[in-house]
Amino acid sequence: MESVDGATRSLPSIRRLSRGLPFGRARGRFGLSPSGRLLLPRNADSQTTAFLLRKHWALYSVTPLYKFSSAHLKAYAKLLSAFIAAEKQKGLAVEVGVELDIKVAVTSLPDLKGSDQDEDAILVQLSLRSQAYQKKSEEKLVWSGWFCSVYGDDLSKNMPEDFTCLPVFLANGAESYTSIVGSWFQKTFDCCFHRLAISPLSLSWMAAMWTRCKVDKTASAMELVFSVPHLPQPLDILYAIHPEDAKALWDTVQKTPGEITQEEVNVFMDCLYSHFHRHFKIHLSSTKLVKVSTAIASAHCDGIIKFLQSQYVIEVLMLLTELAISQIE
Amino acid sequence: MQRKKSCKTPKQPLQDRHKIQTDLSAWRKGGRIDPEKSVQGHQSLNYQESNSKQDSLEPALSYFAKVQDRVSLKSSSALQRHLATVESIALQRGLPPEAFGVLLNTALSGKLADTVNTRLLKSLIPESVIPESSVVSSVSWLCVSKCSSNIQVLFLRWLITVFDFIDHKEDLHALYGIFFQFVQDGKMCPYICHLLYLLTRKENVKPFRVRRLLDLQAKLGMRSHLQALLSLYKLFRPELVTITLPAKTKTYFKNVEGPWKAAIKIIRQRKQEDSPVPQPLFLGTVRPQSRKRKWNTQLMIPATSTHRNHLEEVREKNSDLYSTDERFPVEQLQTFPQLLQNIHHLEFPSQMGSVLTNPLLLHYMNCVKDESVYLRLHFWLGQTLQEECTWCVAANSQYEEEFKDFLETLCRAQSFLHEGLSPCEEFLYRSLPLWDGLCCRSQVLRLVSWIPLKSFSEMKSHLYDPLAQLFFTSSLYFKCSVLESLKRLLQNWLNSQMVHLDSAADSQIHSSNTTISGLVNVVAELIHFVGMISTVALRLESNHTFLLYFILDFYETVCDMYLMYNLPLLIMPPAGVFYPMLLSMDSVSLNQLCYIMYRYRINLVAAKENEQSKKEIQQFRFSNETYQEYNQYITAMVGCLWTSNAFQKDIHPQGLRMDELLTKTAMEQHRTSLNIVYHPAMIGYAVLFLQQACPGDTTFNFSLIKGKKWNWYLEYLYAKGLEGLKLFIESSINRVSQTSRSKAGNTEM
Repeated sequence: MESVDGATRSLPSIRRLSRGLPFGRARGRFGLSPSGRLLLPRNADSQTTAFLLRKHWALYSVTPLYKFSSAHLKAYAKLLSAFIAAEKQKGLAVEVGVELDIKVAVTSLPDLKGSDQDEDAILVQLSLRSQAYQKKSEEKLVWSGWFCSVYGDDLSKNMPEDFTCLPVFLANGAESYTSIVGSWFQKTFDCCFHRLAISPLSLSWMAAMWTRCKVDKTASAMELVFSVPHLPQPLDILYAIHPEDAKALWDTVQKTPGEITQEEVNVFMDCLYSHFHRHFKIHLSSTKLVKVSTAIASAHCDGIIKFLQSQYVIEVLMLLTELAISQIE
Repeated sequence: MQRKKSCKTPKQPLQDRHKIQTDLSAWRKGGRIDPEKSVQGHQSLNYQESNSKQDSLEPALSYFAKVQDRVSLKSSSALQRHLATVESIALQRGLPPEAFGVLLNTALSGKLADTVNTRLLKSLIPESVIPESSVVSSVSWLCVSKCSSNIQVLFLRWLITVFDFIDHKEDLHALYGIFFQFVQDGKMCPYICHLLYLLTRKENVKPFRVRRLLDLQAKLGMRSHLQALLSLYKLFRPELVTITLPAKTKTYFKNVEGPWKAAIKIIRQRKQEDSPVPQPLFLGTVRPQSRKRKWNTQLMIPATSTHRNHLEEVREKNSDLYSTDERFPVEQLQTFPQLLQNIHHLEFPSQMGSVLTNPLLLHYMNCVKDESVYLRLHFWLGQTLQEECTWCVAANSQYEEEFKDFLETLCRAQSFLHEGLSPCEEFLYRSLPLWDGLCCRSQVLRLVSWIPLKSFSEMKSHLYDPLAQLFFTSSLYFKCSVLESLKRLLQNWLNSQMVHLDSAADSQIHSSNTTISGLVNVVAELIHFVGMISTVALRLESNHTFLLYFILDFYETVCDMYLMYNLPLLIMPPAGVFYPMLLSMDSVSLNQLCYIMYRYRINLVAAKENEQSKKEIQQFRFSNETYQEYNQYITAMVGCLWTSNAFQKDIHPQGLRMDELLTKTAMEQHRTSLNIVYHPAMIGYAVLFLQQACPGDTTFNFSLIKGKKWNWYLEYLYAKGLEGLKLFIESSINRVSQTSRSKAGNTEM
């Protein structure tokens, strides 16, 4: 890991991060410069990431897959499609390998990873064959899900060979498909899926981190949604900030470029809160942050994420990997 | 009759029976041969009668076994009666395995009219399993075609429906060729194909069979049942079936469930309702699933084999795809001998979580020292505990019973394995601070007692602090159960440490993080913790006897650690525990204390001797403080029980000032008024003794007990079962003075 280019030098510091409370440490965690230049060695090809953008992905954490091998993806697709057909037919025996209404594709996405230690991301796609044009490739994508790991070394470094660490799973499409595909993976690779909720603390980290990223075109406003607890009717407060204002604020808060500390995040959020209080006399600090959306991505505390900028996908995934690992361990 | 009826079926209201009978008539209507009228007649007629005959299947069976040819249903009331009995029992409870042979023979032999045969076949509802032999013999009836084709078809439909209830299938597989012959039969063909579909194994796929099927297909045209069988053949032996089969899947076989499925379901449901314990299911290994709210959490996973071999084969393009390979499927693992026979080609189930409910697999897990096995279990268990904990995850509160069962299973698995699983430990550390001390109490406390022994310094904040908080604020019984669980924890640690010492002798496995001194510190920390909470608890509960018992029980393990567990550690109970014990009002506690002090003495003496005899430098020595503390206690005990010289010196460093306290009681001669006669725990014995020794005397002059009578009194106490006192007095009072090892004990009679 000596050097690929200058950027990789910041990697060891990332890898040294130990588990604990996510983001809870006062040490620099992410080797990102305030200018928004990614110090990550890989940048996901915008073509491969195109399909990820502007979709809502439900987040799951996945424990390491046992005896998973990326050499068998074709076979997995076959078995999975048979499993889906069987589930749909309520347990009737179904042959393996026959063409079915639902086509399953399992492929790998080699670009979506952080370091070389990370496994290739795995994409599962279900498409519906239309009945009318059987022979033609008239297929409609109905569900997709992917496993990935971006700088997931903390989990994978001491893992025996039989285990494949892809701690983050993202699904888009009907929950019923997620459940079938998830069950199959659980049964076949003895892993566990769990919804990955994002805590308000992590959301505020995301708000701070994404604020300082530069986006070319005139970006949309940064929006924070707060929910007021203990009310008979749910009440949400939407707090929209002009991205340049937010960035300016962040620049005054951040002390060392390339490092973000919990303290800085707190100061940043407190500034936003006090500004809001000055105008509306509402203490946002006693509400719950439920959603953050910026030009980079948007994240909801229920564990839903939407990527908006392909060049920041890897960075967001790195954060999610970290969250997932801390849920697994 | 009436009386019998009422006691036989006390729990089944009449309505229930009505309901079942409506079900019955419902499926009858769908039946091919409709015996409705006569059945209805019978039912109303035999309604009461049949109920009383619940247990009288035997006469009916023996009747059918002997029945002559061509008995008419209309003319024979005996046949009517027995047929009705069979039907009602079948629908009520299902038929026992032994009934199938007889009834199948009767139905397929063609002795009786088809109406009767149909009714017999329709009532073949299994209670548990169907013996394979009965099925095999009925296949032979099929071959001699004594019965009509309708009956043959009905039999096949029955066979397909109840296929999974047949206890073995090896002989049935052997009849594959015979079944295949029936493919020619136009009427039976669809059902035979379905049956073959169920039976086919790779070795059954032969070129001549493929040819026959293809011929048939050429003759009859595309038939879904033929296609089904062909595609299965193609799957096993692609090289034999070269034709292209339509890719589109549709249901190959018509629904053949017939009348039986619903009845089987009803019987099974009723069975589950009746029995308080879940019945072992004869079908599959899945436990009745409770409503599952999330797709990804299943607390009890059934053991299923992995299908990974197939994948490997796919990769290798091996033609042995889906063959019955040499792996022994875990589903079939039922007995211990099976485990022993197949241990070399056994494979862990696809989901490790299922081992928890399977003692045989736990055995296997114990033998296989494979890291990945534990890792897989670890991940699953960690996630499941985290997700399902009813007091950590608010939404789960309605699933408390389920979670409790899960923890119970976990407890059983841990005590089976004789070791704690680390996810349980993490779960406890995470969830104890949030625990109310009520939810799943006994399970949680049992999990506590299996926390592994590691030299781990954070026990205090993770375990002791939250536990102490609950301990102080909860009831007496909770305190006692906590003490009990900590005693077990200590015992488990001591046991594991023994194993560790043994294994450390020949290898240096536990080198870095589990040094002996580290372990000793952890054990000492636990004992000090228990001493601390015991002291407080005794004050909170005013020295409740029940509490005393549990505390003494704990120290009974502590006092013997050196000799019993070879651990170089002895810790005396704190003064706050010792003195309340010594001055306890009941003799059981005092006796137990005496025993404990006796064991301390034995252990300390042994330690001292070891230190002196072995000249080599020992890593561990008991500090002089332990000896001093022991001596102080022994002085107090001897003073209280023997020399009538209690608390002469305030020897306790913290200044108990017992002497001053006793002076305040304004009791005369308080100093001399404590010994085995006057001690509050013993005075009852003294009274009884005096009553026996001087029957006439009612003045209770205790001072009479001295000299010879003192010895008699001692004998009297020993005879009353105060063994601990006996051991204590015999060891500490006479011998201590001789060896004069201990300064304190040098008191003599």
